[in-house]
Amino acid sequence: MNHLAAVLPSVATPLFAGLLSSPVGVAHYLVVGAILFTAGVVCMALKRNALGVLMGIELVLNGANVNFVAFSSPYLRGEGAASLGLDGQVIALFVILLAAAEAAVALAITLNFYNNHATVDIDRAEDLKG
Amino acid sequence: MMIAVLASSMSMLGSTLLPISGPMAAVNWHSVLFLLFAAVACACAVAVVLADNVVRMAFYLVLSLASTAGLFFLAGAEFVGAMQLMIYVGGTLVLLVFGVMLTAQAPFVAIKTSSSDRVLAGMVGAALLAVLLQAAFRVEPWRRPAVAAEAAPAATPIGMALLGVRVDEPAAGVPAAAVRSGYLLPFEIVSIHLLVVLVGAAYLARAKRRRTPRAIDVAASSVGPVVEARQAARSSASALVSGGGR
Amino acid sequence: MADFLINTVGLPEWLAWTVTAFVAAALILNVIAGGALVFIWAERKIAARIQDRLGPTRTGGRFGWLQSLADGIKLLAKEDLMPEGADGMLFRLAPYISFCASFCAFIALPFAFDFVGQRLNVGVFFVVAVLGLEVFGVILAGYASASKWSLFGAMREAAQVVSYEVPLGMCVVVPVMLAGSMDLVTIGEKQAGWFTGWYLFHDPFTFVIFWVYVTCAVASVNRAPFDLAEAESELVAGFHTEYSGLRWSFFFMAEYGSMFLVSALAAVLFMGGWNGPIPVATLLGLSEGTGDTANYFVRLIGCGNLVLKATLGVLLMMWVRWTLPRLRIDQVMTTCLKYCTPIAAAMFAGAMLWQLAFPGGIVRGLSRPAGEIREGWLEGPGGLPVGRGTLMRKSAAAGSSELLAEPLADAKSEAGIDSQNVVQVVP
Repeated sequence: MNHLAAVLPSVATPLFAGLLSSPVGVAHYLVVGAILFTAGVVCMALKRNALGVLMGIELVLNGANVNFVAFSSPYLRGEGAASLGLDGQVIALFVILLAAAEAAVALAITLNFYNNHATVDIDRAEDLKG
Repeated sequence: MMIAVLASSMSMLGSTLLPISGPMAAVNWHSVLFLLFAAVACACAVAVVLADNVVRMAFYLVLSLASTAGLFFLAGAEFVGAMQLMIYVGGTLVLLVFGVMLTAQAPFVAIKTSSSDRVLAGMVGAALLAVLLQAAFRVEPWRRPAVAAEAAPAATPIGMALLGVRVDEPAAGVPAAAVRSGYLLPFEIVSIHLLVVLVGAAYLARAKRRRTPRAIDVAASSVGPVVEARQAARSSASALVSGGGR
Repeated sequence: MADFLINTVGLPEWLAWTVTAFVAAALILNVIAGGALVFIWAERKIAARIQDRLGPTRTGGRFGWLQSLADGIKLLAKEDLMPEGADGMLFRLAPYISFCASFCAFIALPFAFDFVGQRLNVGVFFVVAVLGLEVFGVILAGYASASKWSLFGAMREAAQVVSYEVPLGMCVVVPVMLAGSMDLVTIGEKQAGWFTGWYLFHDPFTFVIFWVYVTCAVASVNRAPFDLAEAESELVAGFHTEYSGLRWSFFFMAEYGSMFLVSALAAVLFMGGWNGPIPVATLLGLSEGTGDTANYFVRLIGCGNLVLKATLGVLLMMWVRWTLPRLRIDQVMTTCLKYCTPIAAAMFAGAMLWQLAFPGGIVRGLSRPAGEIREGWLEGPGGLPVGRGTLMRKSAAAGSSELLAEPLADAKSEAGIDSQNVVQVVP
């Protein structure tokens, strides 16, 4: 945390001073990605509704996607920064596709669970507990 | 919502305005729009966590993911943005909302979490966020403002890459001699994967043989495969589209 | 326009761009709102004529043409009711979500060569994707109304819209494949000239797939005979049972907006977009480069063409609505999954093979030896490689370094073209 305190002031000047007039960089996108990711993780941990957990997963995947796109974007690259190029966008596409597949299976499982237990509260899924 | 309308129409302006963001431009529209979309995305993501009602959570999630698509457009990834809108927002989330509505009976609409859990999760989340933010700010070149760049439209190179041919420029900092692989094999694997998921989801959510079939089973079995089929068709169709491009 | 504001009026740059954006947004808004007024009046008159009645006759003179304006004022004055058990926030927001989706899709729709909100290189994809979001408003309205009729209507609509997007997507892919681009402006441009150049008449397969598109488009905007979501004989009024006043009218503006949109999309994809059946402008000697006024005139003609075609499409939907009986939900699903999807897939394959065998369409393709046209087609205008075949051929001829170098130059020239298309809804 000490390190963070040392970093923050030096960061704050270029990041927040001329936010409206200076172009955004990769770091801005990373901040958005981090917030989405954290919200998703907290959502997964906190929600007791199975569908809520599923929404948390979607948020996490999106946070990662934001980072991939930011690293691949030709518009955001600062001088001397490496870039993922097209690969970032392609990986983001695959993430979107796999997320769709995952959501379909997870939803089918949830509906099955709902049929058998008449609830979507995942704390009640304890049949296999010894 | 008017703000959302304006924002989306202006985002389109913003992406074309990017090249003139020199010292002449007092306000950088790209940044303004970025802030707008980022604020909506983050605020709605937090609202998903804070909301108790599962339908509202779904609604906030829709807004969050839609403005993330806006961010993708701003970053020049138009194809990914459109895919996000079509598959994620238009497909996956409709599916999710469907699931919510099938199970949204009064006792399950709002399942409360205990406040001690909330506090704990909040602390863990804050710690995680601190680590991630620090990581984002640690690398010097990421913090530098962007150089105004012109980029080729990415839809065609993406389609070619999915067919196994790379036609895009090598990324900055990567030696040109480095092997840049196409994505034909992953693309085929994902196609098969989607097919398997289609069958699997249909099997899991199928109507069981009961003496009196419950309405919920019938609905689930008729809805699941349909939505899944749409996603599979979309993904393969869109890949075909971009592959056939130009 | 922004340049005009900066240079002539002397506004600061940020204000000028804001004003320009607002004017563009307001123009599109007027297309939807004004269009809805006209179309509702037209629908009432057409319905009346089909049923051997007169329809509105009194308000505003002879043909009752002010009727929908009067209705609009009545709706404004109506009380905005909300059911007791409703989820307030979602209930209030739902109509606006529907309307926003319908509105946003207009951004990428070209009205003439450069009368377009924003030229996107994934234009078709964007329009179809955003149009698909309209269903969210309906689902939320159905859930938030706390009424069984609304919920049933919303569920039906969701299932229907979601499944009809599969064949719709396949139909849309065919013109994209023929034009070699997802950019709506490019697709429109490729069909310039006489009506024989339209993709509708490109080959038999595109002709069939156009009608599949029409079916799916009608279904995806929830018009009769696919209007199960608001089947008044079973569900009172479906998802908007509980709505009244202005919010209800937003649903209707969204519906008429998306009707116009899918018709305009059909016009751009299959019927030459802003190119009329006869190239009037070219025959008059007005082409690119004859001056600003001439250019502007050409654009106006194009705009008129597109609006006319889209209006014809909307009128066709009205005709269908008042002629055919409503389908059952299982019949709707059967139509989609057992008929539209396989037909669309087969026609897609057929159009692909046709393009390989006779590139250039039915008229040019059959009248000339295939090899000659294929050369020209693959090279494309200005030496740009058009298809994958060119790349392969070049790489076979000159080795793999050529494969990378050639498209690189092309990508750069493309970037040069694309950076110029600043928004010009209002030149």
